[in-house]
Amino acid sequence: MDLGFSAAEHAFRDEARSWLAGHVPAVPLPSLETAEGFAAHREWERTLFADRWSVVTWPEEHGGRGASLVQWLLFEEEYHAAGAPGRVAQNGISLLAPTLFEHGTDEQRARVLPPMASGDVVWAQAWSEPEAGSDLASLRSTATRTPGGWLLNGQKTWSSRAAFADRAFGLFRSDPDTARPHQGLTYLMFPLDAPGVTVRPIGRLDGKPAFAELFLDDVFVPDADVIGEPGQGWRVAMSTAGNERGLTLRSPGRYTAAAERLAALWRTAPAGTDPALGGRVADALIGARAYQLFAYAQASRLAAGHSLGAEPSLNKVCWSELDLALHETALELLGPYGALSDEADEAPAHGSWAEGYTFALAGPIYAGTNEIQRDIIAERLLGLPKGRR
Amino acid sequence: MRFLRTEEQREFARALDGMLGASGVPAAARAWAAGEHKPGRALWARIARAGVFGLAVPERHAGAGLLPVELTVAFVELGRHAVPGPVVETVASAAFLDRLGEAGAAGAAAAGEWLPRIAAGDAVLSLAAGAPYALDADAADAVLVVEGDTVRRTDAHGPVQPSLDPARRLSRPLGGTVLARGPEVSAAAAHARDLARLATAAQSLGLGRALLAATVAHVKQRTQFAVPLGSFQAVKHRLADALLALELAEPLVYAAALAVAAGARSAGREVAAAKAAAGEAGYVTARTALQLHGAVGYTEELDLSLWIRKARPLRDAWGTPTECRARVLAG
Ligand SMILES: Cc1cc2nc3c(=O)[nH]c(=O)nc-3n(C[C@H](O)[C@H](O)[C@H](O)COP(=O)(O)OP(=O)(O)OC[C@H]3O[C@@H](n4cnc5c(N)ncnc54)[C@H](O)[C@@H]3O)c2cc1C
Repeated sequence: MDLGFSAAEHAFRDEARSWLAGHVPAVPLPSLETAEGFAAHREWERTLFADRWSVVTWPEEHGGRGASLVQWLLFEEEYHAAGAPGRVAQNGISLLAPTLFEHGTDEQRARVLPPMASGDVVWAQAWSEPEAGSDLASLRSTATRTPGGWLLNGQKTWSSRAAFADRAFGLFRSDPDTARPHQGLTYLMFPLDAPGVTVRPIGRLDGKPAFAELFLDDVFVPDADVIGEPGQGWRVAMSTAGNERGLTLRSPGRYTAAAERLAALWRTAPAGTDPALGGRVADALIGARAYQLFAYAQASRLAAGHSLGAEPSLNKVCWSELDLALHETALELLGPYGALSDEADEAPAHGSWAEGYTFALAGPIYAGTNEIQRDIIAERLLGLPKGRR
Repeated sequence: MRFLRTEEQREFARALDGMLGASGVPAAARAWAAGEHKPGRALWARIARAGVFGLAVPERHAGAGLLPVELTVAFVELGRHAVPGPVVETVASAAFLDRLGEAGAAGAAAAGEWLPRIAAGDAVLSLAAGAPYALDADAADAVLVVEGDTVRRTDAHGPVQPSLDPARRLSRPLGGTVLARGPEVSAAAAHARDLARLATAAQSLGLGRALLAATVAHVKQRTQFAVPLGSFQAVKHRLADALLALELAEPLVYAAALAVAAGARSAGREVAAAKAAAGEAGYVTARTALQLHGAVGYTEELDLSLWIRKARPLRDAWGTPTECRARVLAG
């Protein structure tokens, strides 16, 4: 049992820290949930990629550094501590890429991964449908065989940043006659500007136009863009979901940095601030440290050749609740300034917590709601009997 | 970095778990609560033979050295089996006397007298520092009482005050002789408090693990409305939350043990974080266990009561969550 880092790990951390110190924009970029901010963040992805910091764990041939999971955790700690911009490429990098590493072909990896790493192609996730949210397997959009490929029809929704993204990946029903809804699904990639695709932006709770609804009308996808075997889409998607819920979507560095920011806010709180709030600040520090250590233990287990199974569901509930509690505490500490949106002139003077708060509100919903994660924890980690769903 | 227990540490835990499982701990705990200490002392001797107390005693006093990580592994198992007695106070006393012994002659004599006996399981010590009551003074060979920069040693105590957990017998230490006085006493007491906090956190964790396992078994087997309780979502979600709290407290506890082992400057803060999280996790799990057992969980006859009643005092002993949070904030 050891929490010390190797010389190589220290060196990696130091290199990341000094690169970030020299490159993180001095003025925060506009929100990546707007057209202007999306473009600015795409440029930031190019900057990261130019010095091979965009996908550090990938093999060098695809633009990475072949870094270990522990090195990635350290990189993320440095990244968030430096206040670096949010990652507009994250859906591709943390959801599609692991799926391609596990289920894709060499040709797909060679074609798809480098432009993803450079920010030239930004990906959107097209899973949810109007009638298929928590019960994703009830999805109805179809993929129908056609010479050389498939024709997609149907509707997807709540696709983050699909209003600005280039391509999407999602699940489609390719065999309507199977006994169970999880069978007969196929996992495909498609361009958002293909003939037959209509993208309709949807405003979010914070008014930003970054969600989108996708209408698909005989959209052609070549066989080369099917991931895994046709009909096996559920299995392919579940490996993606493990990544989405687990470490790689939300690294602990994000929360350790936010908890430190919160502690700083507490230390400068005006006289007369309710001391009970201090307890909540401490809980945020403790929670962020716990998640960081939990991730170190997971990385150690993976390095020792174990797999995580349903454990990512624990991560998902943990980080989403931590994020929300942390931001709620910040708003309360800010008192009257807690009501300012980040666009307010005076918001930066008070630390700009509003966008983070609004986004934290979504944490218990996306990536599989926390109710569904608790079912998975109870059934798969504790062995309780399946109930009605 | 390899933040996993070693094979040796896991084997040590398995061996302790097996030994305690075969030692009739519930009966010993019930006897202990009634003031009958013989079965408890026999249990104590077995725990000592397994090497547990030696983990708090340096080699020059016939121990294995202060090994906080192994001690944590052991205290998780003591908590899992709801072992009665001042186990935490004894190892904290050992840490205290050892520190004091390094600082001067008076302490050295006391360390020489007690540490080998603690390692061997011949001495049961209690320690009162910053609290009016000593735990199990009626069973202890001696009580160390720290007040400010003074430490007294006594074996007299007032009447035993019934407590929420009858197996935790509380009384006021009385009189005694001054062992040492000075800043080295406060420093040794702070070190002992960190070790007590760490061991208590580990106990809470083990207690919570046992309560969760017992409750999962119960809700799989008990049926209502013609199905197992465990198939109801409201039941599942409470148990999922208990697991989450325990899973996240565990790495904090081991990280705190590593910080204490390394004598890191952050040790006090890390121990406080671990104690707050593990204490709350153990307690939340006890509340869940009681609720999901229904009325049978509310009976003294069920051995589970031994675990349930411990959870709250362990959460608050050696620093309530509020005190621990304040320590975390202080940096
Ligand atoms: C900010 C944000 C970004 C998102 N980005 C994307 C994206 O990029 N791509 C994409 O495909 N999707 C995305 N989503 C959609 C997300 O995946 C879904 O919202 C989620 O799966 C839940 O589905 P739903 O909204 O239809 O809710 P529903 O499934 O209708 O659920 C509503 C409520 O009922 C509860 N519920 C449902 N079933 C059960 C049950 N069996 N037991 C107990 N409670 C239950 C849920 O937990 C939830 O609280 C995003 C959502 C948000 C909020």
